[in-house]
Amino acid sequence: MTTSPAPRQPRRVSGGLLDPRQLVASFPDAVRKLDPRLMVRNPVMFVVGVGAALTTLSALKNPGVFPWVITAWLWLTVVFANLAEAVAEGRGKAQAETLRRARTGTTARRLPSWRPGTAAPPEEEVPAASLRPGDHVVVEAGQIIPGDGDVVEGVASVDESTITGESAPVIRESGGDRSAVTGGTKVLSDRIVVKITSKPGETFIDRMIALVEGAARQKTPNEIALNILLASLTVVFLVAVATLQPFAVYAGAEQSIVVLVALVVALIPTTIGALLSAIGIAGMDRLVQRNVLAMSGRAVEAAGDVNTLLLDKTGTITLGNRQAARFLPVGGVGADELADAAQLSSLADETPEGRSIVVLAKQRHALRARTEGELAHTTFVPFTARTRMSGVDVDGRRIRKGAAAAVGAWVTEAGGTVGEDVREAAERISQSGGTPLVVAVRDADGARVLGLVHLKDVVKEGIRERFEELRAMGIRTVMITGDNPLTARAIAEEAGVDDFLAEATPEDKMALIKREQAGGKLVAMTGDGTNDAPALAQADVGVAMNTGTSAAKEAGNMVDLDSNPTKLIEIVEIGKQLLITRGALTTFSIANDVAKYFAIIPAMFAAVHPGLDKLNIMRLHSPTSAITSAIVFNALIIVVLIPLALRGVRYRPTSAAALLGRNIWIYGLGGVVLPFLGIKLIDLAVQYVPGLH
Amino acid sequence: MNDTLAGWLQALALMAALTLSHRPLGDHIARCLTTSRHLRPERVVYRAGGVNPDADQTWAAYLRGVLAFSLVSMLFLYGFQRLQDHLLLSLDMKPVPADLAFDTAASFVTNTNWQSYSGESTMGHLVQMAGLAVQNFVSAAVGIAVVAALIRGFTRERTSQVGNFWADLTRIVLRVLLPIAFVFAIALLAAGVVQNLHGVQAVTTIAGDHQSITGGPVASQEAIKELGTNGGGFYNANSAHPFENPTAFTDLLEIYLLLVISCSLPRTFGTMVGDRRQGYAVLAVMGVIWVASVAAVTANELHSVSSSAGHAAGGMMEGKEQRFGVWASALFAASTTLTSCGAVNSFHDSYTPGGGGLLIFNMMLGEIAPGGTGSGLYGILVLAIFAVFMAGLMVGRTPEFLGKKIRSREMKFASLYILATPVIVLIGAGVAMALPGERAAMANPGPHGFSEVLYAFTSAANNNGSAFAGLRADTVWYNTALGLTMLFGRFLPMVFVLALAGTLAGQRPVPVTAGTLPTHRPLFVGLLTGVILVVVGLTFFPALALGPLAEGLHR
Repeated sequence: MTTSPAPRQPRRVSGGLLDPRQLVASFPDAVRKLDPRLMVRNPVMFVVGVGAALTTLSALKNPGVFPWVITAWLWLTVVFANLAEAVAEGRGKAQAETLRRARTGTTARRLPSWRPGTAAPPEEEVPAASLRPGDHVVVEAGQIIPGDGDVVEGVASVDESTITGESAPVIRESGGDRSAVTGGTKVLSDRIVVKITSKPGETFIDRMIALVEGAARQKTPNEIALNILLASLTVVFLVAVATLQPFAVYAGAEQSIVVLVALVVALIPTTIGALLSAIGIAGMDRLVQRNVLAMSGRAVEAAGDVNTLLLDKTGTITLGNRQAARFLPVGGVGADELADAAQLSSLADETPEGRSIVVLAKQRHALRARTEGELAHTTFVPFTARTRMSGVDVDGRRIRKGAAAAVGAWVTEAGGTVGEDVREAAERISQSGGTPLVVAVRDADGARVLGLVHLKDVVKEGIRERFEELRAMGIRTVMITGDNPLTARAIAEEAGVDDFLAEATPEDKMALIKREQAGGKLVAMTGDGTNDAPALAQADVGVAMNTGTSAAKEAGNMVDLDSNPTKLIEIVEIGKQLLITRGALTTFSIANDVAKYFAIIPAMFAAVHPGLDKLNIMRLHSPTSAITSAIVFNALIIVVLIPLALRGVRYRPTSAAALLGRNIWIYGLGGVVLPFLGIKLIDLAVQYVPGLH
Repeated sequence: MNDTLAGWLQALALMAALTLSHRPLGDHIARCLTTSRHLRPERVVYRAGGVNPDADQTWAAYLRGVLAFSLVSMLFLYGFQRLQDHLLLSLDMKPVPADLAFDTAASFVTNTNWQSYSGESTMGHLVQMAGLAVQNFVSAAVGIAVVAALIRGFTRERTSQVGNFWADLTRIVLRVLLPIAFVFAIALLAAGVVQNLHGVQAVTTIAGDHQSITGGPVASQEAIKELGTNGGGFYNANSAHPFENPTAFTDLLEIYLLLVISCSLPRTFGTMVGDRRQGYAVLAVMGVIWVASVAAVTANELHSVSSSAGHAAGGMMEGKEQRFGVWASALFAASTTLTSCGAVNSFHDSYTPGGGGLLIFNMMLGEIAPGGTGSGLYGILVLAIFAVFMAGLMVGRTPEFLGKKIRSREMKFASLYILATPVIVLIGAGVAMALPGERAAMANPGPHGFSEVLYAFTSAANNNGSAFAGLRADTVWYNTALGLTMLFGRFLPMVFVLALAGTLAGQRPVPVTAGTLPTHRPLFVGLLTGVILVVVGLTFFPALALGPLAEGLHR
């Protein structure tokens, strides 16, 4: 048996580290984002901006250390929020630059009158930007493909490293599911004719650039809902502080504009308000780092909600190919004889199944693989869809292997009989999830069955554990396979999926998706072929393989550049992590207010109601130092949390209840306690600032 | 038996009675709201009103029903008061002044029962019976009807219909409120509450003084006053008056009555959504807050007494009835401020700063533990949606509650609901405090005077109706301002609740999986309790700091 490549260990979602230089580099962008027209899109930070403008005016009128310090930190709060967004965007910019270089300056060799089969059609040189869908272009070795399209003639190896980062070339050929080519990639060998499918400016690369730069970013549904919550909290706190002034006047402690603004800013959820868009951008970025392009943030969010995963058996659950696991001789035939015949019939068989038979014969029966040259009078019979057999004619012996029915017919045709034991053995293999190959021979002794080869699907290592995690997360997995129900059931059991769809046609897949959705479930799937396109479009999360057809890529809402179907699981995790990060930081942000009240309220009113000094449980130095410390903490916590916002909070697949418990402790309780410490520490430093005592 | 033991026994007896009755009553209400059978008297009502009780309404039509019914009720009640001198049994009372009649009409239609007047010297018997008492029934029923619509929002799928308001209203009055009120009116009567149609009687007291005593149909009004969490007393002294609440037994009975429907509705909710555990979780949150509040108020009244007279009396006895004592008064006060009832058996203005502050805080919670009839449950469900949103995000899913997703539309209505009442309270109190003339209406200087104003607006906006009675509120300004506060505080949230019901009903439910946030476990109970306390605490902390905290904390 071949040693299959070690399957990649399940990778936990994690993100890159934040380089402090990134903060500095993004600073100019952060300042540029102070434009009120941009600020108004973020209601919480807009209120901070307006507050900062008010305190600036107030400080100009009644200058002093305290008003100016507060004003400066309020502006810094706004800048820090912009900085978070700028840093998140900055990560995509470099990638966009590389992509842009691939796009510029390509010319195309258009074939105005190309028809299938035309030998040497006339061609004309046009700029790539002028290509329209439906145009045909020819691309030869060394040239850049001028636009997205499908290969309609020829086969070529293509270097797609500009978009996938993968240096190994891929094969693209006309017809079938590997026909899509992407503009900006390079043909390494041969000549292909490509039918253009994209409009100028809307090519895959254009979309990628827009995505990684965040230019096409729109607020996702959940972001909008969260913004509504944040805006309403902001309104409540604005009203609470605005109405505080008449109460304060009555109490004989009228407050300055600076103090009131400081209180508003301390209370409104600035932490999450500042980091919200960075979290969204970083979520997309985490996908990009895994070579997945999400066409919208909406799709990433939907990934977190997925209830049902449709997974293709081949490549996702099992290693790509079936492998020979055992020789089963029948009717007194020796195992060695069967192995020998099977090996002979497979020598010219370049399919993975065929090669695995040769390997098994060598391992189990010490049969060396003979080369074609050392066998005289040998004719290899290739597999055809009609005969459903392949084999070899050597020295008057005709050996065939293939599906039980086909080989059985071949034997009876020549007067031989197929024993009941063959049928039983084939049945047993099928029931265990394997595929039986029957090996038969026609020679001087007549036609007879020698035995069977047990082909087995090899389930990927670690996949079972992965599915158990998914189950704990409440996600049901459904295996999609073209196999018969018996085989499918056996593999489903071995892999630990919850359900399977056997002998699946594209229509079945579609029906399954619709059935799940009718029950209110969200469905995710991967696909590559043109006939997957409707299902990809119907699924809530449709991940198209980059190797697939343009139709599939168009229909899905994500494209996996690595074409690795297992990645669907990671995509789900990233979607969840995105939402968890938002929820955790919102909770943290609101919980922070408790400590700020204990800092600011006694500072405002202890002078007139000395009893309120009892609320100053942090024993802050003075009213001005207390308010300053709260505001400084409020601003600095944004910067401190930028890495967390970009990386996402730690996520471990587990049940909802366990996740909630953990996050409430860390971000809820932590959010209450941490600012008490932080504000006290800042106060210890701030009290030495002259003018703030 | 000493006071402490009696206090404990009363509280435990109350909880035992509520525990015993919440199942049958909750299930009975659920049946009333889901059955398709009409009783004969109901058919008569439907025919008279020209409504088809089987035609379900969209949330907007349901809302129009609520608003139209309330508007007509209000106009009727206003006219009744203005014309009472022309009616029977007027006891020669004069017409009620326009501003007071508006305030009172708003007050009774909104289930608030804020009273800027003395019942025995302002209203004739017919106004009391046919005007105010009728509103005590129907305003309570409107609250339950609205929560019924919200529950249907959770149970129904892909429909725009949330039930029929007229059918809900009729059934709740005829099948739930009338029978229970009738039984308990008899019980109260038997226990010593008066019930007659006497006018003012002049009596000579033992000491030889002359006193005018008004009799009236008190027991019948008392039962629905508590049962419907209305709280408007026949007498100015409310349940502190010996004719309304003569003994410790009637006192306990009244506390039980004002809690019983709101404590049973979570069961109705659990039954209707087909998962009783959800109802228990809601009830648990209500219970935790109620127990904590009763304990805190009692402790304050017993121990935070600053005067030597208070120490001698074994607690803060100013403003409390000798026959009830500190324990029963604190139990009543905490329950009435947590239910939007607003009946009182003691004078909240005289509570210790801590105790009085807690009573204000109880109302600020939004009347949800257990809250008013219907309004308590819909209030806590909206807060649950809020909590589910944050918790749902923390488990990595688009938040969902009972299979319905909490998306931006749901969040919009939930946020507006949560925003509405605090904003009304703060703006009302803020304006009152900014106007020197209105500020002068307070009886006390300093923080306590501010607490009186804050209490008034908190009570009105949350439809409680009890008062920190030091405030002279029978002025044109306060009658108008508080009347508007009550109307906005009642109907704005209802608009948002019904809109929420409409969007929830339109959704297709999401199946429950291991990835779904469980909303029936202790963790969620704790989370919801925390969210309620933190959100309310953060909103009102500055105001509370300048009122009760400033008064109660000393260096």
